[in-house]
Amino acid sequence: MTNIPSHLRYSAEHEWVDESSPVRIGLSAVAVDALGDVVYLDLPEAGSTVTAGEVCGEVESTKSVSELFAPVSGTVAEVNQEVVDEPGLVNSDPYGNGWLFTVEVTEEGELLTAEQYAQAQEEQA
Amino acid sequence: MTDSTKHTALHDEHAALGASFTDFGGWDMPLKYGSELAEHRAVRTAAGLFDLSHMGEVRVSGPDAATFLNTALAGNLAAIAVGRAKYSLICTPEGGIIDDLISYRLAEDEYLVVPNAGNAPTVLAALQERAAGFDVTVADESAETSLVAVQGPAAQTILHELVPAEQRELVTELKYYSAAAATVAGTEVLLARTGYTGEDGFELYVPNAQAAPLWQALLEAGQAHGLIPCGLASRDSLRLEAGMPLYGQELTRDLTPYEAGLGPVVSFKKEEDFVGRAALEARRADGVSRKLVGLRGEGRRAARGHYPVSVDGSVVGEVTSGALSPTLGYPIAMAYVDNAHAEPGTEVQVDLRGKPLPFEVVSLPFYKRGE
Repeated sequence: MTNIPSHLRYSAEHEWVDESSPVRIGLSAVAVDALGDVVYLDLPEAGSTVTAGEVCGEVESTKSVSELFAPVSGTVAEVNQEVVDEPGLVNSDPYGNGWLFTVEVTEEGELLTAEQYAQAQEEQA
Repeated sequence: MTDSTKHTALHDEHAALGASFTDFGGWDMPLKYGSELAEHRAVRTAAGLFDLSHMGEVRVSGPDAATFLNTALAGNLAAIAVGRAKYSLICTPEGGIIDDLISYRLAEDEYLVVPNAGNAPTVLAALQERAAGFDVTVADESAETSLVAVQGPAAQTILHELVPAEQRELVTELKYYSAAAATVAGTEVLLARTGYTGEDGFELYVPNAQAAPLWQALLEAGQAHGLIPCGLASRDSLRLEAGMPLYGQELTRDLTPYEAGLGPVVSFKKEEDFVGRAALEARRADGVSRKLVGLRGEGRRAARGHYPVSVDGSVVGEVTSGALSPTLGYPIAMAYVDNAHAEPGTEVQVDLRGKPLPFEVVSLPFYKRGE
C-alpha cells in the first residue's frame, strides 16, 4: 500500500500540501513510485508567483520528464536547495527531506483529503 | 497490458521480487525491482542479474550453416572459430538494418543466432526465406529457451561458486565473446561471456524448465557479492554509457550500418553475395551524410530521444537516446548529426523543451570499464 499520510492534503496532480504557514509542498509517494528515480528538479524561484493548477516546474526522472503543477496560488517563500542538489531525496523521503518549496498562499487550488486522494488512486488503478 | 503480451518463464520470480513491469517488444518485462539507479550502480560496482528471455534464439544447423549465414547476414560468420561469438547485422536488400544480433558458433555446422525480442519473428522469417537452396535447418527455439545474464565485476566470482570445481578454470579462461557448455547450479547451460552493459559478465542460455531454479541459485549465491536483480531501465542506461546501440532507437530499417558507425561489422572480404551487399558497397563508396555520435552535456538535464540537435539555430540532427549518466554524473546522449558537425569537439545545442543547452560531440563509448 502506498504511503499517503493523513495529515496532508493532495492535488489531483499528486502534490502534497501541509498545514504550516507558509505551506510546504512536495510530491506524493504515488507520484514518486510512478516516476522512478528523480534526477533533476526545475523548481520555481523564491519570490516568484505560482498559480494553482498551472505548471510551475519540471521533474525529471531517469526515463521521463513530468510537469510540476502548483497546488496553491501565492508567492514562493523558500526553495529546498537540498533537494535541488540531491533530487534522490524525493524518492527516499518524499514527505520529509524531499519537500520542494514553500508558498505564502493567497488562494488554494482544489485539494483532496488523504482519504479522498487514496480513494481516487484506487479508482484509477 | 493486452492478452497477447508474453511472459517469460521467470515472470513469477519477478512479481515475487516486487518488480514493476513494462511492455518491451511484446513482452511483459521487469522495468526495475527497486531503484533503477541502484541497479545500475550494482552492475558497475558488484553484479546484476537480468532476465533476457524475451530475446530470440534461432538454431541454424546443417552442412551449409556457415555459408548460409554468410549469405543471410552482413558479417563473416564462417570466419569465426567454434566456441566464439560474433556481433552481426541482418540487412534488407537496400542495406537497411533489420536487426543487430549475436551469433554463437557451437560446432562447425551449428550456430545459435540471437535476435532482439521485438525483431525475433521478422528475423526468423527472413532467415527461413534466405535458407532456400541451402542444406540447413533453421529452428526457432525462442519459446523454449530462457536467457539470464550476470553482469558486473563480481560476475566471475559468483559463477565460480556455482560451477563444479573442475569447471572453474573454464569460467576464468572463457574469453569475451566466447561460449561453452557448463554446469551452473546443477543445470546444463550454454555459458557465454557476452553482455550489453560495458562490464565483464556472462549470459546463460537454459531450457525454460530450469530457468527459475537457476535464477534463484544465482540470486542466492550473488547476494554476498552485492548482486541484485536488475530490470530493463538499468539495462538501458548501462548500454547507453557503454555506447551500444539499441534497435528501434539508434538502429532502424531506414539506416545502413554506415550511418550507425557499424561499417566494420559488414564484411566484403567474404565471397558470398549476402543480402544487401550491392547496396552497402555503394553506400560505403558514396559515404554517408549523417553519423551516429556521442553528446556530452553539462549540469543534470538529460537530452532525450527525438530532441532536435542544432548549431547556430539550424537543426543539424536528432537525439536517439539520452540520460543523466548515473556513473559519470553528466548528461550523455547518442544522436544522428550531419557530417559537418559530427567531429568530436564540435559544440552543438540540444533543445530541451524550448531551452537550448550546450552539448559537445564526443567519441563513443562514454564509459569504459577500468578507466
